[in-house]
Amino acid sequence: MEDLGLLAFIMRRIGTLGVILFGSSFLLYNLAALSGDPLGELRISQDPRAKQIMISLTRELQLDVPPPLRYFLWLRGVLGLFVGKLDLGDTRAGESVATAIASAIPTTVRLVFTASILAMVLGISIGIITALRQYSKFDYAMTFVSFLLFSLPIFWVAVLLKQFMAIEFNNWLSAPTISPKALIAIGLVLSLIVSSVGGATGKKNYTIFASVFTGTVFTLWSLQKLNWFLEPGLGPIFYFFACVGIAYGVTQLSVGITNKTALRSSLVMAVAGLILYYPTRKAFTLDKQGLLIVAMAVLTVGLAVITSLVMAKIDRPAIVRTTVIAGFIMGLVRLLDQLMYTWPRFISTDAINYRPVPTVGQANSLLEPGDYWISTLDLLMHLILPTIALTAISFAGYIRFARGTMLEVLNQDYIRTARAKGLPERTVIMRHAFRNTLIPLSTIIVVDFAGIIGGAIITERVFGWKGMGTLFNSAINSFDLNLLMGVFFLTGTLALMANLVADLLYSALDPRIRTGSGA
Amino acid sequence: MSTSHEESIENSEVSLKDIETEGLSQSQIVRKRFFRHRGAMVSIIFLILIITTVYTALESRVFGVRIPGWWKYTIEDLPELKLGVCDDGLVGCPTLSVVPTFLGGHGVHLGEHPFGQDDIGRDYFALVMRGAQRSLMVTFVIGAIAGVIGTVIGAISGFYRGWIDSVLMRFTDFIITVPTIIIGSVIGFHFGNLGVAFLAFYLGLFGWTGLSRLVRGEFLTLREREFVDAARVAGATNRRIIFKHILPNAVGIIIVSVTLLMSGAILLETALSYLGFGVVAPDVSLGSLISQYQESFTTRPWLFWYPGLFIISIALSINFIGDGLRDAFDPRQRRRITKKDRQNAKVARKALAHK
Repeated sequence: MEDLGLLAFIMRRIGTLGVILFGSSFLLYNLAALSGDPLGELRISQDPRAKQIMISLTRELQLDVPPPLRYFLWLRGVLGLFVGKLDLGDTRAGESVATAIASAIPTTVRLVFTASILAMVLGISIGIITALRQYSKFDYAMTFVSFLLFSLPIFWVAVLLKQFMAIEFNNWLSAPTISPKALIAIGLVLSLIVSSVGGATGKKNYTIFASVFTGTVFTLWSLQKLNWFLEPGLGPIFYFFACVGIAYGVTQLSVGITNKTALRSSLVMAVAGLILYYPTRKAFTLDKQGLLIVAMAVLTVGLAVITSLVMAKIDRPAIVRTTVIAGFIMGLVRLLDQLMYTWPRFISTDAINYRPVPTVGQANSLLEPGDYWISTLDLLMHLILPTIALTAISFAGYIRFARGTMLEVLNQDYIRTARAKGLPERTVIMRHAFRNTLIPLSTIIVVDFAGIIGGAIITERVFGWKGMGTLFNSAINSFDLNLLMGVFFLTGTLALMANLVADLLYSALDPRIRTGSGA
Repeated sequence: MSTSHEESIENSEVSLKDIETEGLSQSQIVRKRFFRHRGAMVSIIFLILIITTVYTALESRVFGVRIPGWWKYTIEDLPELKLGVCDDGLVGCPTLSVVPTFLGGHGVHLGEHPFGQDDIGRDYFALVMRGAQRSLMVTFVIGAIAGVIGTVIGAISGFYRGWIDSVLMRFTDFIITVPTIIIGSVIGFHFGNLGVAFLAFYLGLFGWTGLSRLVRGEFLTLREREFVDAARVAGATNRRIIFKHILPNAVGIIIVSVTLLMSGAILLETALSYLGFGVVAPDVSLGSLISQYQESFTTRPWLFWYPGLFIISIALSINFIGDGLRDAFDPRQRRRITKKDRQNAKVARKALAHK
């Protein structure tokens, strides 16, 4: 009976969604059609063929039909969706709008996907830390940083990034030495951040500060001495150390370091990573790398599940989860190491010529195709600047939101109960507070994801990417009504669907909210 | 039943909470809290300074009366490009100096062209002032229009519920569907030549959706509260209940989201100008200045720095004021623990230990 209610609710919402889309597309169509003359340039043109072109364009775009009626011609093509032949019309260049959009979507997704994931992960974790350390120096600093990022125009950031992250970095890479001044500055900033996050007071705080400072300075100095910036890489030994670190870190966050079984099981994964280090390097030279990596990911997860099942007798789900997460991260680090291993070959190619960070474009067309790792590195390098810009702009919102939600949750009675019954603080934060913080966050994430498909207009333009934003931009500039409506149809539908999904998700995650009540 | 005991505990908690706010009206409490927020106070002074500087620098007209500006150049003046003043053989560099002589600088002075000159020699300080005037105007117009529409629609649909609510909220969805930047571009592209105020007005007409949802949510909760029932029993009309009883309680959330909306508006105008749909030449805004001169970043960076600096300063101070207002209006907020509190706690602990 309740399922029926939910179904009816969804159907009703989809119905209203259709009506809304109809209304707003009608409005936009007429607004766009009536406010400009698509033949304007041709009318004043001196070209003798202008008249001919005008006649043929009028026929192709049905300009002789008044816009309110022409809208229904467009709508008829869109409604073809239900009989399996969607027709969004043609662009002014004669290409099908559907094709133009289909070729633009992957570019946009590639551009915004990493940035959104990064913004969410970073923003939510920093937001939660600031909530846990409310009114600390770190909290104040992060509040300031997030407000600053809120206030930055993205293309302004982009120009700065191009100058300092690309051009200056490439210059620096020709002779990668860090001056003692810069070394000390980096060390100071890092240790300030770590010591304020740590939240310790008095002597312990100074110890943390001093050790992070010397650690950073020493690491950077030795990296520079080893010429690491031109020939980076972890190597089996440091990879193993990194894996051990991951094992400890993930265990601590997920079940607590006192759970020896989980720790041991994750450490077995680290040892497996060490043993498989050279075999995987061999494997990375084979053909069909994309497929191979997927297979390796599946194998890693499988190995993690088997290991943890063998090791654990009780409390299996938590330990399996911990081991799988640790194993997965170790796999990612392995890929990163392989990319670093490819780096010297990559920057010495003729197309790159020791200037690896590009300022514009999606890929380097001069680069010879064939080597999977080199082209992956090239793609990543082209993604770096736009990703930093997009992440910087959007993660500020997540910081503020996650902080606010977490503070609200921490004030709830069930948190007091959890503490009162003697649960360790880690469990209170991760199991009780963090999970409840994710409920409102999840709905925001869904809506954001739909928004970014059409939302990176400016970023695309600054960095010379040809995605949805570029399509939309050219549609407005050239009075291309069909293209404009096509872009709008996609983004509008996605936005409304995302709102619906967010509402459903909310009620699924939070049993206190019932779908039937309210809007 | 230990009612009296529970009551006494409750009373003690209430009295602890009330020490700070005893004998003060709601607005006095809010004002007190707001003045305590250091970031907000600095920002508000800073913003007022910016606004007065920006609006008095150039000649302006108020109801047909000409008020001369204190700055010697206007945006139409074409003074000669200054040569030989700058290092590196640059032309038209800024003469502003803020490092005093005893610190090894050139002393604190504005000079002939504090923000430098653009490629044809126009005084960049005058251009930035005009740009900031336009950007501030857009910000406030969008804030005012979107604030009013959002509040009215949210209040009506939250208060009356039922079919009015459904219709208004679907209408809100309808506006949300169209991405702001798309609407802005269509409007800017086709009506941009009608002037900045017109553009801002139209952008305001589409910018109220988030606010109206928030206000509706607030009204939905507030209308169920006892004081609304009390007012209704006393015979108050709906209009009176909305304006005299519910709205004053929702004003915090409204002000806070309007400030956020305004800091978003200045960035929206910047983005539109960058795409070429915003302010049209010969008029300038901060956004159009940046996009016009972004190519010259490597050769004459001041053309890029100063407008950006103004955008960031304005948006940042609006954001901080909003944060201060949020803290001031939120009755549940935990007070910041000050040094004095820590000292008091220390004294108390010692006293207990001695007992």
